Amino acid sequence: MDPKIKIRGVNFFYHKHQVLKNINMDFPERQITAIIGPSGCGKSTLLRALNRMNDIVSGARLEGAVLLDNENIYSPNLDVVNLRKRVGMVFQQPNPFPKSIFDNVAFGPRMLGTTAQSRLDEVVEKSLRQAALWDEVKDNLHKSGLALSGGQQQRLCIARVLAIEPEVILMDEPCSALDPVSTMRIEELMQELKQNYTIAIVTHNMQQAARASDWTGFLLTGDLVEYGRTGEIFSRPRDKRTEDYITGRFG
Amino acid sequence: MPRMGFDRHLKELENDLLLLGSMVGKAIDRSTQAMKERDIALAKQVIEEDKLINCKRFEIEEKSIELMATQQPMARDLRIIVAVLNMIVDLERIGDHAAGNAKIVLMLGEEPPLKPLVDIPRMAVKTQEMLNRALGAFINRDSAEAINVINDDDEVDNLYDQVFRELLVFMAEDPHTISRATRLIWAAHNLERSADRVTNICERVLFVITGKSEELGSSNY
Repeated sequence: MDPKIKIRGVNFFYHKHQVLKNINMDFPERQITAIIGPSGCGKSTLLRALNRMNDIVSGARLEGAVLLDNENIYSPNLDVVNLRKRVGMVFQQPNPFPKSIFDNVAFGPRMLGTTAQSRLDEVVEKSLRQAALWDEVKDNLHKSGLALSGGQQQRLCIARVLAIEPEVILMDEPCSALDPVSTMRIEELMQELKQNYTIAIVTHNMQQAARASDWTGFLLTGDLVEYGRTGEIFSRPRDKRTEDYITGRFG
Repeated sequence: MPRMGFDRHLKELENDLLLLGSMVGKAIDRSTQAMKERDIALAKQVIEEDKLINCKRFEIEEKSIELMATQQPMARDLRIIVAVLNMIVDLERIGDHAAGNAKIVLMLGEEPPLKPLVDIPRMAVKTQEMLNRALGAFINRDSAEAINVINDDDEVDNLYDQVFRELLVFMAEDPHTISRATRLIWAAHNLERSADRVTNICERVLFVITGKSEELGSSNY
């Protein structure tokens, strides 16, 4: 199957500083692809390049192509709002709006023009179920999203992304602010979600990449050193730098 | 909280082990049948199919290593994977013994049979039965059954004694039988070693359940 997203010859600059160097990488459909690497290697920049979140950073410039279903998302006539609907994002810190659980999840559909209450009810329930949060909140949908625990808030943010029915979900360190049990729940949730969505995750937690992903790319100072099946990368990496990083002998 | 993906991989690993076990059981059965019926074609098939057993063993080893590298297994999960890594070595070696017996069939070739084979097939049947029960004990985490299987090794040892003594008599009475009788002793020895390997598998079953590594088999050989 053709990969959902293909990165081809991508160079990325913040002003004159080159952050990504000639990256070629695939994100297969309905699979989880992890990007790992030490701090400052460019992994968040790479993830953000997948839905043009870097556009808003001043001095940011990208060369090359990022193909979503074979269409370059950097072509000038592309509708960025529609792109971000197709490629949703979950951030490091759970960031629910100071609104009710219901309104958090209904936010996206309302922005996109859904007004019928019955339709909103349906979308909110479906999204919360998919995010494995429904059973915990169904009796308190009008409680503030901020009253939930950290792990629940992160699942609420995932439900909020799911409500706009994206094709791809980008996750930028989604568990780094969570305790181990909440982390495991998110990892299990990712396994459920990949039945329907393509997922890209950035993590500095190598064990998490190993446990949760199907494909892994290792970035080092802007170079994609190695990319392959997660099982291969973590049991017999081809590049010595990958080996050194995953065995903790880096630097 | 379940780890569904990891639990599924562990289950797959156990299923793979069962598959390897059934390939090895079949090799014991066929090599013995080939010996009984002097079936050269069947013996060649057993030797050929041993390659598949070896491949399967390496495939399971690779999957185990990947699970350890990616899933950070702990406690019982870790013991299961370590046990599988040990058991595939024993299974593969039992497969080698079966292939060894198939090679003995080729060596015996067209020579007239020394005697109808009775105890060697009995050893094979018992070894196969022990193997099946050992794998069942692993799947069911049944320590009592694992210990029963270890104790049953005495039956195979006794049969081996019997075969050995009987063939010594043949050799003493007629030196022309020495070459054939020696090969049959090798065949019986291969089965005796196979049953010992099954007791190793049982020890690994106990290791999974209790976390203790102990040598429990007390073979005379």
